[in-house]
Amino acid sequence: MSEAVSALQGASYDGIAQVREIGLQGMITLRGDLGNTALKKAAAAATGQDMPGQRKANVKDDSGIAWMSPDELLILVPYDAVDARLEALGKALAKQHHMAVNVSDARAVFELSGGPVVREVIAKLCPVDMAVGAFGAGDFRRTRMAQVPAAFWMPDENSVRIVCFRSVAQYVFDLLKGAAAPGSAVGYLA
Amino acid sequence: MLILTCPYCGVTGEETEFHGGGEAHVKRFGPGSSDSEFRDYLFSKVNPKGVHFERWRHNNGCGKWFHAARDTMTLEVYGTYPAQTFEPPQEIKDAITAKRPGWSWREFS
Repeated sequence: MSEAVSALQGASYDGIAQVREIGLQGMITLRGDLGNTALKKAAAAATGQDMPGQRKANVKDDSGIAWMSPDELLILVPYDAVDARLEALGKALAKQHHMAVNVSDARAVFELSGGPVVREVIAKLCPVDMAVGAFGAGDFRRTRMAQVPAAFWMPDENSVRIVCFRSVAQYVFDLLKGAAAPGSAVGYLA
Repeated sequence: MLILTCPYCGVTGEETEFHGGGEAHVKRFGPGSSDSEFRDYLFSKVNPKGVHFERWRHNNGCGKWFHAARDTMTLEVYGTYPAQTFEPPQEIKDAITAKRPGWSWREFS
């Protein structure tokens, strides 16, 4: 068996905030009718989390559900559990029109930590209002990070988790490094 | 810079998060139509100064297509609405009328 590795194999950087690629994270794209009871139950059973509302994410550690679009969820599970959860999802939704795909190795996940300054690091790269009150813990946003699509959420007030495509992992890491460079704090949001 | 609100995910974002998709409410003429109908469907687009209806896609977001009513002169956005419709909803028309009384665009007014 080949050994699974994440895009940047846990690369990290220390500036005004800490940037770290978190390594292997199991991810499942689930598309279907999000109002469907069976789908809600199956997603909750796979993650142990409740179904999130529009543009919200219910994530605890490496398990959770994020709202991607009116017909799409991103299901986060431990990397080793993906195949089993995917099979369970398929069984539970056998009678529903749906699509569930393992996208774990198609994406990269970064963690940005180091206090309220993480808001500024994100605000430098994304056209999103990162002010306290406009975006906070539990919110989820798909957007653009400089030139590439990305999505992020705040597990708590002092950190951000960012998901991007694996092919642009190095680009996103470099972006985050630049935005978190020592001495680059703006002091507007934090 | 346009500020658009995606009617599907509710995000209010600036235009770099979206991508323009040309004129809205274009009726398709495919197989079986006359040459002139097909020509007009492909090429005859309006380019108004003022009220305009366009298709947009939230490509750096939820990925859905939607419609936007905006002003090409002032860049004001009158409103956005889902793409599953043949004509602009009444509230969008009312919002335009409030700002531009007597407006018309193709068959709508």
